[in-house]
Amino acid sequence: MELITSIKPLLAVLVTLLVMPVLVSSSNKPNVREGWTFVAGTIKFLLVLSMLPVILDGNQIVFTLVKIAPGADIAFRVDPLGMMFALVASALYIVTSMYSIGYMRGLNEHGQTRFVTFFALAISATIGAAFSANLLTLYLFYEILSLATYPLVTHHQDANSRVSGRRYLTFILGTSIGLVLPAMIWCYHITGTLEFSGAGIFSGQLSKPHATVLLLMFVFGFAKAGIMPFHSWLPAAMVAPTPVSALLHAVAVVKVGVFSIVRVITGIFGIEFLSSFELGAVVAGIASVTILVSSAIALSQDEFKRRLAYSTIGQLSYIVLGAALLSPKGVTGGMLHIAMHAFGKITLFFCAGAIFVATGRKYLSQMVGIGYRMPVTMTAFLIGALSIIGLPPTGGFISKWYLVLGTLEGDQMVMLFVLLTSSLLNAAYFMPIFYRAFFCTPEEAMFERKVDEAPLMCVIPLVITALISFVLFFAPQPFLNLAAMAVKGFIGG
Amino acid sequence: MNNYPAIVVIAPLLGALFAGVAAWVEDRATYPIALASLGIAAAAAVNDLITVMISGPIQYNMAGWAPPMGIEYRIDGLNALVLVLITGIAFLNLVASYKNVQQETPDRSGSFYVMYLLFVVGLVGVVSTGDLFNLYVLIEITSLSSYTMIALGDKDRGAIASLNYIFIGVIGASFYLLGVGYIYIKTGSLNMADVAAMIPAMTESSTLLVAFILCIIGVWIKMALFPLHVWLPNAYAFAPVGFARIVAPLMTKVMVYVMVRLMVSVFGYDYIFTTLSLSDGVVWMGTIAILAGGIIALSQKNLKKMMTYIIVCEIGYMVGGAWLGNELGMTGAILHIVNDALMTFALFLAVGNMVYKLDRVDITDLQGLFAKMPWTMGGFVIAAFSIVGVPPTCGFFSKWYLILGAFEAGAYHFAAALLVSSLICAVLFFKVFEVCFFEPMSEGHGHGDDHGHGHDSHGEHAAVAIEEAPVASVITLAVVSVSLIVVGLYSGTIVDRIILPFLN
Repeated sequence: MELITSIKPLLAVLVTLLVMPVLVSSSNKPNVREGWTFVAGTIKFLLVLSMLPVILDGNQIVFTLVKIAPGADIAFRVDPLGMMFALVASALYIVTSMYSIGYMRGLNEHGQTRFVTFFALAISATIGAAFSANLLTLYLFYEILSLATYPLVTHHQDANSRVSGRRYLTFILGTSIGLVLPAMIWCYHITGTLEFSGAGIFSGQLSKPHATVLLLMFVFGFAKAGIMPFHSWLPAAMVAPTPVSALLHAVAVVKVGVFSIVRVITGIFGIEFLSSFELGAVVAGIASVTILVSSAIALSQDEFKRRLAYSTIGQLSYIVLGAALLSPKGVTGGMLHIAMHAFGKITLFFCAGAIFVATGRKYLSQMVGIGYRMPVTMTAFLIGALSIIGLPPTGGFISKWYLVLGTLEGDQMVMLFVLLTSSLLNAAYFMPIFYRAFFCTPEEAMFERKVDEAPLMCVIPLVITALISFVLFFAPQPFLNLAAMAVKGFIGG
Repeated sequence: MNNYPAIVVIAPLLGALFAGVAAWVEDRATYPIALASLGIAAAAAVNDLITVMISGPIQYNMAGWAPPMGIEYRIDGLNALVLVLITGIAFLNLVASYKNVQQETPDRSGSFYVMYLLFVVGLVGVVSTGDLFNLYVLIEITSLSSYTMIALGDKDRGAIASLNYIFIGVIGASFYLLGVGYIYIKTGSLNMADVAAMIPAMTESSTLLVAFILCIIGVWIKMALFPLHVWLPNAYAFAPVGFARIVAPLMTKVMVYVMVRLMVSVFGYDYIFTTLSLSDGVVWMGTIAILAGGIIALSQKNLKKMMTYIIVCEIGYMVGGAWLGNELGMTGAILHIVNDALMTFALFLAVGNMVYKLDRVDITDLQGLFAKMPWTMGGFVIAAFSIVGVPPTCGFFSKWYLILGAFEAGAYHFAAALLVSSLICAVLFFKVFEVCFFEPMSEGHGHGDDHGHGHDSHGEHAAVAIEEAPVASVITLAVVSVSLIVVGLYSGTIVDRIILPFLN
């Protein structure tokens, strides 16, 4: 493995940051503003893409921005795991920007300039987190992301979003300052470094009880991952406009949370270290509870986006569970799920938003027979739902396959049971939606049998993401290779 | 011998003299004089810092009299840094506050600028001097000018606030003077370096112990360490904006500087932490100051008052950090002198801008301010994040060193207090942001985009017209807010190049 120094990771972070003043200054010309968003998003994606061959050749890209203290600089390092996440996030940013146009203009929302500007800031922070070389840099972007999304969550500026915004910050900021920050300083105090490394940074300085406390501080502290009991900000955050829920609360924000946990497990503690203390089981147990409980809660949610939110909470814990299995296949499955779940869930959110734009409805009980009115949207919904449940022919099947193999590899039958039960629950909360959309008597149907989809700018993105979910079943290689390479780096096998 | 160390002090002093004379003829002439003299002082201070970084500490004998008889000015990494900070902030504030001064003291702007310059003379003198008695004299110059300035403020309560401040300030100064008297009795010298050389031989002396305690308590009163803080909130909240903006960031920080100077360059670590082993108690005081300051700030209804209690809280950071008794803690404390000065300056600049437009700044008066004053609020938000300690703003990095120092010293209560205060500040600022962002309750949908409505002069907020503070104030705030991030990113450099060489 070679380390190549290049400024590209920094540029990839900066490009959407630098476009912010341009966005603000073109607030009177929405088309120009959106044009710039696309330009920045495309440049960002291409920058990330241009680093892909280097990573696939087995090399890594590094760049140090400033030196703060030994072992804790503000620095970037592009490795396979970060690459995969950045690829997903930057690609979906472009699609979501398109969707935002359809959604925000379709509803004639206020404050659109503020919306796209903070969106750009949020995606910058996401890419920064993906490319962080150490825990300090990761924490920095994690915090920026928390604060950048606050005005997006509270976009409507009404009493409801005020309450939700409060809950959002209390959970996200409270845990990161209250748990992650001291845990991070504790690590630095013991080891004098925060640099991620496959072997972990501890070499015998931690006893098992201390390691357990430290690990739990991280797992619960990164509350963006939605591990119970620090999950309830996510359903609350659903007051945000749907593009925010779609990109940020199905992909960027929540995935930064699980990504951070995976980073800590693989780069700070190290798989071997955790295996020697048998700490994987602790995290896996916590994740399993979250998976089952959240899936059960999702069953009873009537508001479309809230059901999706509880589904996301469960799916996020799949990723944590995968990493906590500490076996090559399990970790591969966890990482793959970052990508697969992203494409599936964003499709579902796009569908929820499209239905809201077209009909103004957000409760599932009011969507009986919607399949005849919005057939394209509901077909995309089916593909997204299959991907989340983990059925072929969708990408979600691949990641779940690896997760299941991981449990077998580690001989962890309980976890296997959890995964299979959860799949059943997923099917139980998604399939009725689809069924009721198409299979109902004319008297039951709440819509006329006339095709009337949401604006094109809403429909195209959801078709794209559904197609990608579908294609990923046949061609998971880019992500699969990256995940396999990442695992090789962490476990060395 | 280069004369820059003297120029830093002499320039504003002469400026005050000329401005005073000019004020008889024409009030308006005082402003350019003040601006020019502070500009010269700031340039000289930057020059000092560069010289110190390249070739080590500068020793300057006032009027050529050799120490210990003459007054020595000794510029090392620490005070070169603080001098740049003071002169820079004083200069920028003068740029920012021109309109505020016109608004608040239209008939007395001449005397305002004269007192302002004298205040700066005192501050830079306190920081430059290497003589214990000279330090006292300069503290008094600073204090007397600030008593005057505070009395110029709020018509009803400014005078009372000033009187309170005088009583407590004089007590503080007397403590310090008494301490210096004892030092003189014991050592026969007033030169810091001279005294420092004699102290190791007399560590058992009870006179020295009394001297030390008196000096430190005097300084604590002057810096408003809880519970000796009662004079501060009213004094700063009722001062004229143009003055509050400089006294709030600088006065307390300079007194922290004096404490650090006494600890490091006069009495020495060995005496304080080994012979007297005073660390634990004082770190607890710091802890209590942090928590008390934070909680009282949380209960305030007026934004100005709230900010003043944040200062009380931050003083706890620096006192606790300095007394942890290790290098990391002291590094954090010194770094926080710089960072906190910048943060509070940014906060008070923003609050000053609000006062200029709104007059009253109870939190309930701030409705819709994000739409009305977007630039001011932008600066306010960055400053607030810095106080909370969100990276990459500078507040995070000094907190980082302070917490590391607390871990190393085993002072977990202090580390916990720092974290809790971050959370308290987060709650406190978001309480303000909520009012500025949500009220008056927006009608939500329906404003739509300006596109197609024909209003292209305002931004998107068709309902609320932007009413910003004077351009100079807004630009200054922008510069200072950006500096919070830049200084944060270069904390590593500041620590490696300036603070660590000073401590070793």
